[in-house]
Amino acid sequence: MTKIANKEALEALRETLQAQSQEGKKLISLCAGSGCGAYGTAKVHKALQEELEKQGMADEVMVKLTGCHGFCEKGPIMVIHPEGIFYPQIKPEVVPEIVESTLKKGELIKSLIYKDQATKKKLTHEKDIPFYKLQQRIIFGNNGLIEPTSIEDYIGAGGYRALSKALFDMKPKGIIEEIKKSGLRGRGGGGFPTGIKWATCARHEGRRYVICNADEGDPGAYMDRSLLEGNPHSVVEGMIIGAIAIGSSDGYVYVRHEYPLAVTNLTLALKSAREMGLLGDNILGSGFNFDIKISRGGGAFVCGESTALMASLEGKPGRPRAKYVHTVEKGFRDGPSNLNNVETWANVPVIINKGSDWYAAIGTEHSKGTKIFSLVGKVVNTGLVEVPMGTTLRKIIFDIGGGIPKKKKFKAVQTGGPSGGCIPERFLDLPVDFDELAKVGSIMGSGGMIVMDQDTCMVDVARYFVDFLKDESCGQCNPCREGLKQMLAILTDICAGNGKEGDIELLEEIGAMMQKFSLCGLGTSAPNPVLTNMLFFRDEYEAHIKDKKCSAGVCKPLFYYEIDPEACTGCTLCAKKCPQEAVSGKKKEPHVIDQENCIKCGICYEGCKFDAIKIC
Amino acid sequence: MENTVQIDWDRINSIIDKYDSEKEDLLMIMQDINDVYNYVPPEIIPLLVERLGVRESLVYSVATFYKTISLEPRGKYIISVCTGTACHVRGAEKITDALSSELNINEGETTDDMLFTLEGVRCIGCCASGPVINVNQDTHGGLDRSKALKIVDQYREQTS
Repeated sequence: MTKIANKEALEALRETLQAQSQEGKKLISLCAGSGCGAYGTAKVHKALQEELEKQGMADEVMVKLTGCHGFCEKGPIMVIHPEGIFYPQIKPEVVPEIVESTLKKGELIKSLIYKDQATKKKLTHEKDIPFYKLQQRIIFGNNGLIEPTSIEDYIGAGGYRALSKALFDMKPKGIIEEIKKSGLRGRGGGGFPTGIKWATCARHEGRRYVICNADEGDPGAYMDRSLLEGNPHSVVEGMIIGAIAIGSSDGYVYVRHEYPLAVTNLTLALKSAREMGLLGDNILGSGFNFDIKISRGGGAFVCGESTALMASLEGKPGRPRAKYVHTVEKGFRDGPSNLNNVETWANVPVIINKGSDWYAAIGTEHSKGTKIFSLVGKVVNTGLVEVPMGTTLRKIIFDIGGGIPKKKKFKAVQTGGPSGGCIPERFLDLPVDFDELAKVGSIMGSGGMIVMDQDTCMVDVARYFVDFLKDESCGQCNPCREGLKQMLAILTDICAGNGKEGDIELLEEIGAMMQKFSLCGLGTSAPNPVLTNMLFFRDEYEAHIKDKKCSAGVCKPLFYYEIDPEACTGCTLCAKKCPQEAVSGKKKEPHVIDQENCIKCGICYEGCKFDAIKIC
Repeated sequence: MENTVQIDWDRINSIIDKYDSEKEDLLMIMQDINDVYNYVPPEIIPLLVERLGVRESLVYSVATFYKTISLEPRGKYIISVCTGTACHVRGAEKITDALSSELNINEGETTDDMLFTLEGVRCIGCCASGPVINVNQDTHGGLDRSKALKIVDQYREQTS
């Protein structure tokens, strides 16, 4: 790779790359994100290359291993361009037929075409599928089109144009103004206005640092992982623009060690950006110097907190400090440090390219732009969803997400991770933005959206989060460390059938104390999952404590399975599957469960095709 | 049971060299060592102290603070059951129970033959395929009890 000398050379290169890509070749985009990867993309890719070679089509068809397409439920995903033919759940065995029929003859393979669960319609093209059609993918859209390992792909798709604009056509103050006017708020959880953060950091003297938080400790959220894996240059470009605006020459990306593909793709992106003169000394011949170093975090949730993250960057345990002095003034190495998360940085080039007016027209009054959500849990179409701020929960969960599987009933959606809360059905028409979620006691967080159905026990969910937080608490301050421990003991008792009158009030009291007196933001928000939960699902807590019942069938001492003799057809499936041989009965006659032997593993309940097994 | 490993000091030194003995990179250095042996053998700590110019207490403090570092020997295959929220609501606990009884170890323990370590991990970011487990670097998604047990068998066969 040769260095790009200046702005004009970048545009000339882009034109050449775009001309090359329009040479009429077929393009197969194969998702190699972590979700599809877990379902076996590597095998499909190998089979595809072998088959193209065998049928002599290797020169006519270009295969791209792209980042996450978002529709992870249907992995591994293949999209054939220019038509945009969408083939989900590809197995290596069907690859020869795809090459023979679709690529050679242009015929569709009926058995592979996507079928929409709601309408039962077969949909051939990616753009017609409700999951994609109802999204607005301004940040995530390029993921399916570019190879994350190719800087040329990114440049061809318009990449680094915003950088060149920021370097040559804008002043640092002007960049900050543009970000302020766009209304961009931090996507990591807090929702602090990005432009104001940048301006404050730029005001403080000293060696300034630009940092990207890719720690993504929120369990159930993986949009940052997918962005870094699928489009690392968009994050790098955002950070360079931030550095120009703030006046910094040192950048850091703090990324989880548990995300090896993100680390690999980012490392490669930094290397190629350096080789092309887009990173390092004298960027695009402008005289501006900035470089980025990767720091791998060690799986600590608390390191998502800014002061803890910076302590970790310094090679220390990630313990937060009190923020009498903010990190924009004194952060990493005591220098003014500007920290934004992956998604926030990826928004920056879009704003610079398209302008703050264009950007501010998307979203709601105080929450601009789009937000990527990780729509997971008990929902038909799990995956990553990018929608304008203000889209209702109902639209996200039911129209895009396809609703709840197995005809079960929606119970709640959890947003904001361990600092957020569970939102009940009556708020499904809530437009999702920073302020609206706060009104119902939850937060936007980094964008985790975990759907729960009738089989999810809300007390167990609260216990789960507290158990998580107890492990993740750094242990410095008493309210968080001891508060969580006591909360967990009470919740564990309730789930074990040992709940007492007064437990709910005691949980509320401990929670209020933690909110007031914990040291850091994670400590003060730690009781949220319990407190909001008790607000909306108090009856479940009372049923656990007073009636000793868990209607969701999760807390084992508080329920048992029984076979409804009216509904049981005597198909014998449950008797065959039971690992304890606790189900007995003759063929075509109602079966019974021996309660003494039953370990409540739920295999019979999940397997019964006639809904004959009841939770009592 | 043989728990000690033969330490390749040249390799350890070259890992430290890769980071220019930078003390800010202590965690990453330990992670790299951890990747080689599946744990950080405590015998290495004096070398880290010497070459990075840090206190021994800091090394222990970092090693015990972060989950990715273990100071205890672990199995050849580390099975990490994802216990993130998405996996939890889809029944991750049942996967842990099944693996725990199959391997006859509790979470955090290693089998006597040093083949498997069973761990819980907070979200590996494959939330759409939950419940998922990682066996070393390989991710297996869409699991239930029987699929999880089959995976254990596959790794057993690879070794035998």
